[in-house]
Amino acid sequence: MNEQEKPDKTRRNLIVATTAVGGAAALGAAVPFAASMWPSERARAAGAPVEVDISRMAPGELAVVEWRGKPVWVIRRTQEMLASLKAVEARLSDPASKASEQPKYAENEYRSAKPEYMVMEGVCTHLGCSPQLKGLEAKAEMGADWAGGFYCPCHGSKFDLAGRVFRGAPAPVNLKVPPYEFVSDGTLVIGEDKEKKGA
Amino acid sequence: MGAQLRALWGWFDARMPSVAEQWRIHAANYYAPKNFNFWYFFGALAMLVLGIQIVSGIFLTMNYKPDANLAFGSVEYIMRDVPGGWLLRYIHSTGASAFFVVVYLHMFRGLLYGSYKQPRELVWIFGVLIYLTLMGEAFFGYLLPWGQMSYWGAQVIVNLFGTVPLIGPDLALWIRGDYVVSDATLNRFFALHVIAFPLVLLGLVVAHILALHDVGSNNPDGIEIKKLKGPDGHPLDGIPFHPYYTVKDLMGAVLFLAIFCFIMFFVPEVGGYFLEYNNFIPADPLKTPQHIAPVWYFTPYYSILRAVPPLFHSQFPGVLAMGVATMILFFLPWLDRSPVKSIRYRGNLYKGALALFVVVFLVLGYLGTEPTTVWGQFGFDAFFLDTKDVATWVARICTVLYFAFFFLMPWYTARDKVLPVPERVTV
Repeated sequence: MNEQEKPDKTRRNLIVATTAVGGAAALGAAVPFAASMWPSERARAAGAPVEVDISRMAPGELAVVEWRGKPVWVIRRTQEMLASLKAVEARLSDPASKASEQPKYAENEYRSAKPEYMVMEGVCTHLGCSPQLKGLEAKAEMGADWAGGFYCPCHGSKFDLAGRVFRGAPAPVNLKVPPYEFVSDGTLVIGEDKEKKGA
Repeated sequence: MGAQLRALWGWFDARMPSVAEQWRIHAANYYAPKNFNFWYFFGALAMLVLGIQIVSGIFLTMNYKPDANLAFGSVEYIMRDVPGGWLLRYIHSTGASAFFVVVYLHMFRGLLYGSYKQPRELVWIFGVLIYLTLMGEAFFGYLLPWGQMSYWGAQVIVNLFGTVPLIGPDLALWIRGDYVVSDATLNRFFALHVIAFPLVLLGLVVAHILALHDVGSNNPDGIEIKKLKGPDGHPLDGIPFHPYYTVKDLMGAVLFLAIFCFIMFFVPEVGGYFLEYNNFIPADPLKTPQHIAPVWYFTPYYSILRAVPPLFHSQFPGVLAMGVATMILFFLPWLDRSPVKSIRYRGNLYKGALALFVVVFLVLGYLGTEPTTVWGQFGFDAFFLDTKDVATWVARICTVLYFAFFFLMPWYTARDKVLPVPERVTV
């Protein structure tokens, strides 16, 4: 190799340095593009708590309320429904809701602040479909030991009347319980509770 | 007139000779094996469908509105009020399924004749990238009519990304651009469907063909025709792509278009497989349809997703299995250790494995279109039965076999008794 064919170290270094700096700048330029895909300020602002009138709910009735674009269920549970919660416990994957999400006041055997009213997000913890209420009349399709609960049509997960998932379902944890509060005997507010307000 | 045209061409050619040169490289002087059979139609057909989709798509965007409040109505408007709008939409919806039909058959051809093997690994890798891009393109497009299946399908698929440990929830939020699938999601999926992914797809198709034409085409005998050349320097078993295969592919295109038109004009929904009935109901974020299933071309993977039970209170294993099921395709050239390419000279081990794989893929595909209760429940109870749905267990067995086909490939292809491969192609 003669002198002329030898790479000029200074020029080589200059190329390496400019390429590195230019590449970093190009990467930096990609940031605003990627950042534009985060939720907009408008989307962030939408999400206020909603009020539900529960004074006229019949025993056993299910009300669906929209909160932050998601369905939230309020069920007025009967005594039989509450009794079924104990009976199915052995077949649940997380009966004590240890791995599941719920506010402090719902960390009990009924998963609710008042046993009679169950409030939960109607969004399957598997991949986000909305399960359907299947009462005792659905025994033929759900199996003889079905005591009432919810069935997700997308991937077949089953939940009891406290939103607790049965074993063998693709859903990993129980349905989420949102923050909520009874502001009077007949009115429920979803998306807000005493703890949140205090904080 | 003729002389004037020739003069015009001469003027053009003198200024831009690369047009004629590319034509020679890729058509008139590209020597392809003379023994191509039925399976070799589908590459050209896939390009034809790509063209059909681009043209029909451009005209659909002229009347479609990517807005959560207007999208569903604008599709109905296209169907009822736009002159010939129904035709444009059925061309596009039939084309979407036809694309996957020809791509699946094209990929199966690769499995039959070992077209992914050395020296065509890059051709195969670009092909798998095309397949994955096509899946993304189809998924984005499926949200646009803003029907119930569009909405809940998108909800499920975006949530797949939400299961990734640590970054999952933020990743899903970033993809949706909102806390739920909403107008923001629809708008960006429109952008990705009509601009970003088609551009990527076109680029990958060019790379796929360039890589193919550099190494030359494989053939049903799996012989390298470039090894034996005649005195003219051309492969003895090769014939110029043009006019021989342009004419052959043209005939394939005519037959294909006849079937295409029959479906488009007489059965565009194909019993709910090409266009799902639930998608004729506007999206309702509060109510999931009774039975939800993806379009048929995603169902084998959807079955795998459903079959894997959650581990450690996370559904990520199922998502991972589905991801690995597609990604494993990239490694096929190195998993296959057989000394021969074509199924014609392979032994019973590979033939059996491939036949079983086809059955497993079809069963998974069928089960993905049905609810898990489709085959009833086991009548007995046992400690290992976390679910008694028969279909779930069949899907689990098929999932294991699906992976076995790939993971055991280095073992069974190396042990397979192969036949001697001839010097020249057989016709």
